[in-house]
Amino acid sequence: MKPARAHVLVGVDDEARLAGADQVLEQLRRALDELGLSQEVQVVETGTLGISGQGVVVAVYPDGVFYGRVTPEVVRRIAEEHLLKGRPVTALRLPTAAPVARPAEVFGRQVRVVLANCGVIDPENIEEYLARGGYEALEKALTTMTPPQVVEEIGRAKLRGRGGAGFPTGLKWAAVRNAPGSPKYVVCNADEGEPGTFKDRLILEGDPHKLVEGMVLAGYAVGARWGVVYIRGEYSLCIARVEKALEQARRYSLLGTNILGTEFSFDVEVRPGAGAYVCGEETALLESLEGKRGWPRIRPPYPVTRGLWGKPTVVNNVETLANVPDIIRRGADWYRTLGTPTSPGTKVYTILGHVVFPGLVEVPMGTTLRTLVYELGGGVRDGRSLKGVLVGGAAGAFLTPEELDTRLDFDSLAERAAVLGSGAVLVLDDTACIVDVLYSVLRFFRHESCGQCVPCRAGTEALVRLASQLMVGSSTGPILDRMVEVAEVMRATSLCPLGQSLLLPLKSALAGFGKEFEAHEQGQPCPHCLRSVRAYA
Amino acid sequence: MKPTVSFTVDGQVVQVPEGTRLLEAAKAIGIEIPHLCNYPELTPAGICRLCLVEVDGRLVPSCTTVGEEGLQVRTNSDSLYRLRRLVLELILSDHPQDCLTCDKAGACPLQRYAYEYKIERNRFVGPDHERRHLPVREDNPFIRYEPEKCILCGRCIRACAESQGRHVLNFYGRGFHTSVGTALDLPLEQTNCELCGQCVAVCPTGALTEKERRFKGQEWELKKVETVCPFCGCGCPLTLHLKNDRIVRASGGWKRFRLCVKGRFGWTFVHHRDRLKYPLLRKNGELVRVSWDEALAFVAKKLLEIRESCGPEAIAGLASAKCTNEDNYLFQKFMRAVIGTSHIDHCARLCHAPSVAGLGMALGSGAMTNTIDDLEEATGILVTGSNTSEAHPIVAQAILRAVRKGAKLVVIDPRRIELAHVADIYLQPRTGTDVAWLNGLAHVIYTEGLWNKKFVEERCENFQEFRQAILEYPPERVEEIAGIPAEELRRAARAYAQAERGAIVYSMGITQHAFGTNNVLALANLALLTGHIGRPGTGVNPLRGQNNVQGSCDMGCLPNVLPGYQPLTDSAARGKFERAWSVELPDKVGLTVVEMMEAARQRKIKALLIMGENPMVSSPELCRVKEGLEHLELLVVMDIFPTETTEVAHVVLPAASFAEKDGTFTNTERRVQRVRKAVEPPGEAKADWEIISELSTRMGYPMPYTHPEEIMREIATVASIYGGISHARLEKEKLHWPCPHPDHPGTPILHAERFTRGKGKFHAVHYYEPAEVPDREYPFILTTGRMLYHYHTRSMTGRVEGLQALVPEAYVEINPQDAQKLGISDGDLVQVTSRRASVKVRAWVTERVPPGTAFMPFHFPEANRLTSAQNLDPLSKMASLKCSAVRVEPAPPSP
Repeated sequence: MKPARAHVLVGVDDEARLAGADQVLEQLRRALDELGLSQEVQVVETGTLGISGQGVVVAVYPDGVFYGRVTPEVVRRIAEEHLLKGRPVTALRLPTAAPVARPAEVFGRQVRVVLANCGVIDPENIEEYLARGGYEALEKALTTMTPPQVVEEIGRAKLRGRGGAGFPTGLKWAAVRNAPGSPKYVVCNADEGEPGTFKDRLILEGDPHKLVEGMVLAGYAVGARWGVVYIRGEYSLCIARVEKALEQARRYSLLGTNILGTEFSFDVEVRPGAGAYVCGEETALLESLEGKRGWPRIRPPYPVTRGLWGKPTVVNNVETLANVPDIIRRGADWYRTLGTPTSPGTKVYTILGHVVFPGLVEVPMGTTLRTLVYELGGGVRDGRSLKGVLVGGAAGAFLTPEELDTRLDFDSLAERAAVLGSGAVLVLDDTACIVDVLYSVLRFFRHESCGQCVPCRAGTEALVRLASQLMVGSSTGPILDRMVEVAEVMRATSLCPLGQSLLLPLKSALAGFGKEFEAHEQGQPCPHCLRSVRAYA
Repeated sequence: MKPTVSFTVDGQVVQVPEGTRLLEAAKAIGIEIPHLCNYPELTPAGICRLCLVEVDGRLVPSCTTVGEEGLQVRTNSDSLYRLRRLVLELILSDHPQDCLTCDKAGACPLQRYAYEYKIERNRFVGPDHERRHLPVREDNPFIRYEPEKCILCGRCIRACAESQGRHVLNFYGRGFHTSVGTALDLPLEQTNCELCGQCVAVCPTGALTEKERRFKGQEWELKKVETVCPFCGCGCPLTLHLKNDRIVRASGGWKRFRLCVKGRFGWTFVHHRDRLKYPLLRKNGELVRVSWDEALAFVAKKLLEIRESCGPEAIAGLASAKCTNEDNYLFQKFMRAVIGTSHIDHCARLCHAPSVAGLGMALGSGAMTNTIDDLEEATGILVTGSNTSEAHPIVAQAILRAVRKGAKLVVIDPRRIELAHVADIYLQPRTGTDVAWLNGLAHVIYTEGLWNKKFVEERCENFQEFRQAILEYPPERVEEIAGIPAEELRRAARAYAQAERGAIVYSMGITQHAFGTNNVLALANLALLTGHIGRPGTGVNPLRGQNNVQGSCDMGCLPNVLPGYQPLTDSAARGKFERAWSVELPDKVGLTVVEMMEAARQRKIKALLIMGENPMVSSPELCRVKEGLEHLELLVVMDIFPTETTEVAHVVLPAASFAEKDGTFTNTERRVQRVRKAVEPPGEAKADWEIISELSTRMGYPMPYTHPEEIMREIATVASIYGGISHARLEKEKLHWPCPHPDHPGTPILHAERFTRGKGKFHAVHYYEPAEVPDREYPFILTTGRMLYHYHTRSMTGRVEGLQALVPEAYVEINPQDAQKLGISDGDLVQVTSRRASVKVRAWVTERVPPGTAFMPFHFPEANRLTSAQNLDPLSKMASLKCSAVRVEPAPPSP
């Protein structure tokens, strides 16, 4: 960052834009000009500051003051009062407990590796990324490491895929590196579609160069010359920022032909998705990239041997690739000091629902759910009690308050037959009805089923039909058994993970909240469900 | 031989070639795994999930999983049964339960599985308002689509894309509301659909059915007869489905589903009301119904009189490429043995006579050297003068499959035909310049050292003379003559020559020229020069036009050869027939089609017997043909429909169609196949062989055949290429001639060890300007040819309502540039004038034809009014049908 007396960070994401972020920025710059402050106060257009539901959010450093629902008029007042006269506008400050302004000891519990630059640097300025050690990993790899050494380092770091499945990244890269066939490709899965999950968006909007660097390293490691970032189409700002980052990286010889003057050449293109959740499934994503209907392929063969255009392909999630530069720069040994022995490193979570501080946090693997909900999330809001937590997104598991000490890492969750999934943590207080929540999960899956294989296409429909009988209390038989039967067959016979994964939310909900379901099955009316049904109708 | 793997299926060991999928491996040992989305020959999809099996504890789709050494596969277990049952229940939860009135009932696997898996009541049927409600679509001539019965298996989509290469169908929407449809939901006719109906053939349920069969009979009531398609030389196996002596449906084709629109939907002509049912005799200028006895007595008497007064030379006969081998054999036997004339010819004269002549001279055999299936083995294919997709749709499919497998495709044709769009190299020469660019290709291959020296030295002769000739055709000179850029010609030559297995496919664009035989010789030179012959995936492959045009040539319905291509002028060959037929045979080569018409015009021919042919549409320069026919003292026509030719006949004899008689057809790849009687002929119609036998008997030469099988037995004794062929063998064997004795397996690939004539012979041929070249008065070159929806002179397809509706009238294709200059818009009535005649037709303004070229389909009489019967190819007597100078202008307003 350029030296300046103060920095004003304006969080610009799609939500903020809708709330008028562009006008706020314009007014801010004009005010600073008029007040003669433009030299000493630096305006930084950054990604989301991790606070949602507050319109345009602006932070002033080094004071660490956050303002919410900022309008052009408000920003003028901030400039005049706070920046010129040094008096924060108390009336407009977000409460001290506002997300990023978590009490210092709570904020400090985060370990920011992937998000280290998010909300701090100007994501549209490569200089700022470089100033914080950006592209050092690439330089190190290209000048001192052979591609197999890079693969080995990632393997030693025991980095596991952050898309949800936790497959060892080192193994995947080695498989692609050793697979016969050329060319090879690197594909970044940025089709973030899991409900309540925005972690990739934060990285793409807040620190796109980190992803670009991770991809170039992946390309070097596996012997690819071309990569593509498949970004969810609705993420227009992400697309713009990544495009801009690519352009800058090319200018700095960090991308394109003969990177940093070496023999290695690698370039990246951006492709927007078209609104299908299933395209987050890697083989559907590849089909979509090939210009076909985004339907999952039957695996095996896996993309590592037959991926894009039938060639060996690395498909990695954004968060996975964003871990790579730090691993290479600081070494696998450093990385393994974070997290657990089998799941090293950190994980980014989206905490949402009935908590005091909803938003994005990054903590080491193995952090307990209790820590996440009660410390980083600030606990259940309005002093209510906790009913349950849906961990891992729509295809995740419902956990009960008794399970709060579960450690959040791949293996600990697997022991509980749960999943880390997308890292979405939906906190539900005692006013929520789990049947109602499950119903919305089922409707989501019905809506997103691609229609290719029978069990998912017709099974999601059957499940919603059955669940709607629970909702209105009109069940005529053992609905719950029938739902489990359908979901079990979907688990066994569906072609891709989408249809296979529905059993988890259903079974965990029944296991933890069985009484509630039985009551619905026996026809007791539930005000939440009736309200939902009316809303959907 | 492919290496094999062995593994166990339900405890039984199977040994199968590497790459075999579990579903097929199980089938090979009689274990049926339920499935709905898989279809042999189409890429497996693995989406119905019924065929899941257990492999080492995992569930995998057996249609997509390849068997590996040592696997233990379980196809059935209680848990698999439960899974499959629920999957079926889910499919059926949104499937109409109207099996009572569904045409597919009894042949529907979904129905069968529902029964097998005992799905009595469905637990997942939603309320009516949540079901898919989609209207039935019938907005095309042939196909009925009931979307509610669609189970989204995708077979139709894959058949359309992979087999026909059209990509008309796809999935739309998603999840539960996914459906199959066309882009923008257009009716099929408005897409690039060719209505081949392969989607219907592969549909497992009643979602896609033939409109024609609706309520015409349920599966268990239908009798099935295996026969051969009567349209085109592809010779697809065809199954006729019958109820109460009426055809209600046709199916079959190559690999049991590949048929084109004519084969699948064109059979309705069989039951058309216009069929000739009774013999007709012209009395006082009118054709009136008479008895067989009267008709045949009249013909016999008249023929005897004319022979008596003018000699047998005054009688000629036209056989038919649409009739069976047995019909044709008897026809030529009758003409030669009973009448005593050699004036026998048929429409092959106007399609592949130059191939029979040219390939005979170069290789020793005038037919396709390889088979249709074999084309898929090629790695380089040169297609020229063949609008394959329309004229031989099934061959085009084989070419498309080869291309998909990686073969390089070179298309050289003045018209930008369908295959040109998928070709690696497409060249557009000027019409009539074939020898120039063919020699140019040879020039490149020779001078760039791409030729097969060893092959040329060991197996060919006359190379030096050929070499001298081609050296006169460097690509730059060819560019001047043919308009093909020199560099493009070089690329094409390399693509063909450097292919490991190069095949040449051609048709009438090569032959229908005044130098047709030279064109064929120049093509054969290329195969000899590169050694692309005698092996799988290679060869010189003339695509024969009509269903049995190969067979009628084989049967000796040509003026110069006896059955089996034995030269009439060879006394030993003739002697053999004289002994077999116990008569003395004429030894003079007879007249060809065009010459016969001319001789009739000059009253040298007094009587003409025509079997299933319509020269009043199919012969060049129709005004001369008409004159000729009108001068005849006796014109006898045997046909199934009234035609332009029966209108001028003295006697019309009603014949049986392909569906009403037994016999054999020989398709373009020399494969002899059984034609089987399915229904009774209408009225008093009879099979052609019966008519000829009776006539012959009446004329004092008894032909006491009771079944075509006996005729084939006689053919086998006199024609060695058919020596081992019998109806009995054809019941179970696939035989390509030559098949000289009953133990011979037939010869799918000719010239493997040695050429039929011994050595392959190079011929030095040169380019000559066509007889008619564009000038100021006639600035266009008119070419004629086939189109997809009609066949021959439309006597059959014109009576298939749907086909006739698709293309009701003649048209002329002209290039947009020309159209603009002439002020003609698409669909306008235009006047096309040649030195012979002037016709009015609709204009189709299209870039398929280059500027300066016009194209007309020859199925309509307009085309041959314009063509010329002059300037015949000196060797084959082919007319120059592909190259007439014409003038195109907006039609004058009618008075």
